[in-house]
Amino acid sequence: MRNLNKQLLTCAFASLVGVSGLVHAASDLTMYYPVAVGGALTKVVDGMVDKFEAQNPDINVTAIYAGNYNDARVKALAALKSGEPAQLSVMFSIDVHALRNMDAIVAFDDVISTDAERQWLDSFYPALMENGKADGKTWGVPFQRSTIVMYYNKDAFKAAGLDPEQPPTTWEEFINVGQKLVKKDAAGNVERWGAMIPSTGYPYWMFGALTKQNGEVLMNQAGTETYFDNPGVISALEYWQDLGSKHTIMPEGVIEWGTLRQNFLEQKTAIMWHSTGNLTTVKNKANFDFGVAMLPGNKDLGSPTGGGNFYLFKQSSAEEKQDALKLVKFMTSPEQAAHWSKATGYMGVSADAYETDTLRDYVKAFPPALVARDQLMHATAELSTHEAGKVRKYLDDAIQAALTGQESAAEALAGAQAQAKRALKRYK
Amino acid sequence: MSFKFHIFSKISAYLLGFVWILPLLYAFWAAFHPTEYATKFDLFAPLTMDNFVSAWDQAPFLSYMLNTVIITTLILVSQLFVCTLAGYALAREEFRGRNIAFALIMMQLMVMPEVLIVENYQTLAGLSLVDTHLGVGLPYLASAFGIFLLRQTFKTIPQELEDAARVEGLSGLAIIWKVFVPLAFPTYLAYSLVSVSYHWNNFLWPLVVTNTEASRPLTVGMAIFGAPESGVDWSVISAGTLIAIGPLLILFLIFQRRFIQSFMQAGIK
Amino acid sequence: MNKKVNLKAWALMLPALSLLIAFTHWPTLKSVFRSVTWAKSDMAPSQFVGLENYAMMLDDPVFWKVMENNLWYAIGTVPTSIALAIIMALWVNSKMRFTGLLRLAFFTPTILPMITVANIWLFFYSPNIGLFDQLLQMVNIDGPNWLGDPDLALPSLIFMTVWKEAGFFMIFYLAALQLLSVELYEAAKVEGASAWCIFRKITFPLLMPTTLFVLINALLNAFKLVDHLFILTKGGPNNASNLLLYYIYETAFSFLDSYYAATLTVVMLVMLAIIAFVQIFIFDRKIHYR
Repeated sequence: MRNLNKQLLTCAFASLVGVSGLVHAASDLTMYYPVAVGGALTKVVDGMVDKFEAQNPDINVTAIYAGNYNDARVKALAALKSGEPAQLSVMFSIDVHALRNMDAIVAFDDVISTDAERQWLDSFYPALMENGKADGKTWGVPFQRSTIVMYYNKDAFKAAGLDPEQPPTTWEEFINVGQKLVKKDAAGNVERWGAMIPSTGYPYWMFGALTKQNGEVLMNQAGTETYFDNPGVISALEYWQDLGSKHTIMPEGVIEWGTLRQNFLEQKTAIMWHSTGNLTTVKNKANFDFGVAMLPGNKDLGSPTGGGNFYLFKQSSAEEKQDALKLVKFMTSPEQAAHWSKATGYMGVSADAYETDTLRDYVKAFPPALVARDQLMHATAELSTHEAGKVRKYLDDAIQAALTGQESAAEALAGAQAQAKRALKRYK
Repeated sequence: MSFKFHIFSKISAYLLGFVWILPLLYAFWAAFHPTEYATKFDLFAPLTMDNFVSAWDQAPFLSYMLNTVIITTLILVSQLFVCTLAGYALAREEFRGRNIAFALIMMQLMVMPEVLIVENYQTLAGLSLVDTHLGVGLPYLASAFGIFLLRQTFKTIPQELEDAARVEGLSGLAIIWKVFVPLAFPTYLAYSLVSVSYHWNNFLWPLVVTNTEASRPLTVGMAIFGAPESGVDWSVISAGTLIAIGPLLILFLIFQRRFIQSFMQAGIK
Repeated sequence: MNKKVNLKAWALMLPALSLLIAFTHWPTLKSVFRSVTWAKSDMAPSQFVGLENYAMMLDDPVFWKVMENNLWYAIGTVPTSIALAIIMALWVNSKMRFTGLLRLAFFTPTILPMITVANIWLFFYSPNIGLFDQLLQMVNIDGPNWLGDPDLALPSLIFMTVWKEAGFFMIFYLAALQLLSVELYEAAKVEGASAWCIFRKITFPLLMPTTLFVLINALLNAFKLVDHLFILTKGGPNNASNLLLYYIYETAFSFLDSYYAATLTVVMLVMLAIIAFVQIFIFDRKIHYR
């Protein structure tokens, strides 16, 4: 009897609300977002979210900016665990295995229904989809994505008698050009290095580029096996090592990720390899003529992709998932992706994004913005395995051990391979 | 004692003093000059406030600062309250198990909450207090150091004063409030300054337990702001640093003597 | 000692005890429990694995590296900061000019947040463009890559730690010095004792209780001061500057392995217990709390 009353009441209330003109109760979405690139980015995201809310007045989005990729993942998972709402998140593209192990995410294939949505899912650059796929399904949709590109100082090229429109395209050229670019003072101290490849922060990522260029991959797609001690991988690390120790176009030892851009802007190095995410800042701050080019290749051209994907959390109602999907579709739509790319330097995630007026005008005025896209043809997946944090650290440590001369490339990588194998044993 | 030694000693003293203050001087230099001069020292470099403007624009310093103020206040108020009661009991009450209780409390001097981030985080998540001011404060609301300090001070207060108050009809909490607290005022001040500067600067636990601007204190905000993920602009970071340390630094410069005396006093005990 | 008094005392202690038990004693016990269990993910139920995690730890080269580093970190920071603190205190307590300013300069690092000044130190240590390398450049030396060289990364951290804590310890010595009797010194001077002799025979022994107190604090700091690692080195290169507490953080919050993190925490607790033991059974006989 009591129950019946309650139901009647609910009905009455619902009809009242219905009559009052609201379509259905406004739904709330909570999105975790990794702001890894300074506070300015939050404003871009906020602006896009506002636009979405204006178009969808019944959906209310709360964006939680949680620090770097690591923090965002930790925080989002903690929220899920404690039962706090979270429907979607941008997280590291390579976290897909960890997230699936935790049973935290759903595949986009299971949420989409219409043909238009299937088409949308197929509209992205295939290279950007690699890290988001596992077991034949798509778990992550690309958004905040980047690759590594080569920034070079055209003034330095001219001063060294090099053609500023001909950046090096092979490993050999890279060494030759680099040697010409090294500038020393009278006492023999280096005033400007030929090149710098950062080896803190994300050494494994930079190394992913070198291994791809050497025709190797670092892991299988299931993320259960690594190939750190393959001969081609070892020789890629030896090449990196030699840039500093043998060819001396780069300082020996470890090069700091965080201060590299400043080094480039201060002309302490003529070339740097860095994320496309730096493009806008370099453009604004460089007081010399600079160029952007694809990374040089050896057996192959290439760079790993990097950055963050959208994920949908499992722990949410069917309607929430649809609303979250709507938000993801909006954020990755060509118009928004183009706006995002222009504002940040990250890539436009689909071919259509580069067909929009926004990006077409932008790249016409600033062609370097196209390099990252052109390089996508040669791009490969970023290192992504189960126990990703540990496996990444093993490789990072090995790279640093080799670059600082503590161990040979072969020793260091054999050690990392053994450790990774042990960590992955439970997932075979 | 040779004259030479004196001169040498003096010069090294001033030199070391200069080295010690250098990071702060540099922060001022970089913050007030354009980026080009961050690594070039030129006496005639133009001055600018732009770095402060862009730092202020890039990070929500106001909320960070507010969070820091709320968190340190919350912790301090609770510590003063909790430690007063426990300090009084340990100093003035005879009871079985007092030594054991005291030893248990003193354990926190060694096992600081920083060490237990893994478990304390799980506890906080279980209580749904992650990313709240209370969550940042909880592990610090009781302080062994504060209890110890107040216990030592309360012990020195003559029994006659307490007896007199009792004769006047005061009892229990009223005695603590009317007799002990006022007499221990210097200790409270000393402890408060130590506590505030500790929690204003605390980083690891707030990093673990905060997610958003809603609770993130200055230190964690600065770590994210200065995170080298996409390269560092020294000048803006320096400006941000000065904004972050500004309030405490100004307080310190004004009440310098008091500050240093407080730390001394807290240390002697 | 009647029952009523008892109740009142415990009631007064209740807030403090319950908070401390909840956030110090209980998590300490839980760390021990967690260190003998394991689960595939945080969402799955955990199972008892005995000492498996400890076996893994003994097999983990990074663990041994951080223990070694922690030892060097302690050896590098503790005596240096204590010696500097004594010298600073003597200077500030002397009759030279500008002692007020000196005291201010030495003490200022204490109230600055480690994490924010680390950003400034990052610049100091930065290769080529950094302040230290620029200074070396002036005398025509190619400065090293301070934080990028495995032999220099930890010493660089140690230097910054000493900078941060020496002024703090100075305060305790200063307080002690001001309590020393003037007559003693007058007498010594009349006897014609040299400054070094006075220091060695009178000042230093009288400062002993302070030294022991500072020593314990410096030792504790050697285990818990890791804030600057987050900015300066992140434990690198190749763990050359990784410390136990930072490794615990990494394991728990980057590798999401709270079981192994708990195992490492237990090791940390054992280290702290040893320091406590030293303090209680060796030093406390010599230091008298009033």
